[in-house]
Amino acid sequence: MLQIKCPWCGLRDETEYKYGGQAHVAHPEDPAVLTDEEWAEYLFFRDNPKGPFAERWVHGGGCRRWFNVVRDTRTYEVLAVYTNNEPRPEISLALGSVAAAGGTP
Amino acid sequence: MADLTTLQGLRRSPLQDMAAELRDGAVPGERSVALREEPFLTMVSIRVEPGSEAARGIEAVLGTGLPQQCGEVSAQGAHTVLWLGPDEWLVVSSTTPETLVGELLAGVGDGRAQVVDVSANRTVLELSGSAVRDVLEKGCPTDLHPRAFADGTAITTTLARVPVLLWKVDATRFRVLPRASLAQYVAAWLLDAVQEFAPAGPSAQAGA
Ligand SMILES: [Zn+2]
Repeated sequence: MLQIKCPWCGLRDETEYKYGGQAHVAHPEDPAVLTDEEWAEYLFFRDNPKGPFAERWVHGGGCRRWFNVVRDTRTYEVLAVYTNNEPRPEISLALGSVAAAGGTP
Repeated sequence: MADLTTLQGLRRSPLQDMAAELRDGAVPGERSVALREEPFLTMVSIRVEPGSEAARGIEAVLGTGLPQQCGEVSAQGAHTVLWLGPDEWLVVSSTTPETLVGELLAGVGDGRAQVVDVSANRTVLELSGSAVRDVLEKGCPTDLHPRAFADGTAITTTLARVPVLLWKVDATRFRVLPRASLAQYVAAWLLDAVQEFAPAGPSAQAGA
């Protein structure tokens, strides 16, 4: 069982959360000027790294707030937790060690 | 006899039909648990930016500050305020919903806030006894040890896989607030969960 430290509620079981896909995917400024390829890229194409991955989670079974998590896709280790107002912490790709202070449980 | 000519007389609480079952399900002895419904409490949902003018107006009406972090509960007179999220609270009160919503909206004034009567959303199940924590731990994934879950705090979590507000009054008294539509399920789950704490007696042997 994965445990995630909600920025507001603290450490809770994975069952209280829902996954929201890759974080930091910005909505296009002016969708109307995009080509079909660019729009499809925005809608459907996501990174699939082996290692640290910034993703969105919602604490649906708790405070019902969205926030971001950096998770190592190889080990499922939660490397950092941060709110939507905070920048993505620097994570070394080598072994997923956290450079910036994050919410590692 | 209830007065069936008024709304107060006609209304039915989510666990009304299980009142006798809850009463008879109480487990006496060294590891005791008693269950009962505390129906029809006023509950008002508040959403407001903490620290804003509107929030200060609401706090003036309540006579107490809005709790600032997860778990915190503040109380003053008839009102108790539970933290639900960084900008969301639940007021549980013995005042009527109409009065409380009216007063809170007056406190908000021209500010931005949401104040909604959600009294029918949840009911309150009161659990008391020395084994209450043991019973809850059978179906709650959150750490309920006193070092993590202090007296006089409340959290949103799951019990028996459904969302509930869990409010710890003290070590032997908890309030479980399930949604009305899930209340009977939660009550039935609890009635089953308490059975193992019953002292072994003639009736237990007869059932074996
Ligand atoms: Zn949370």
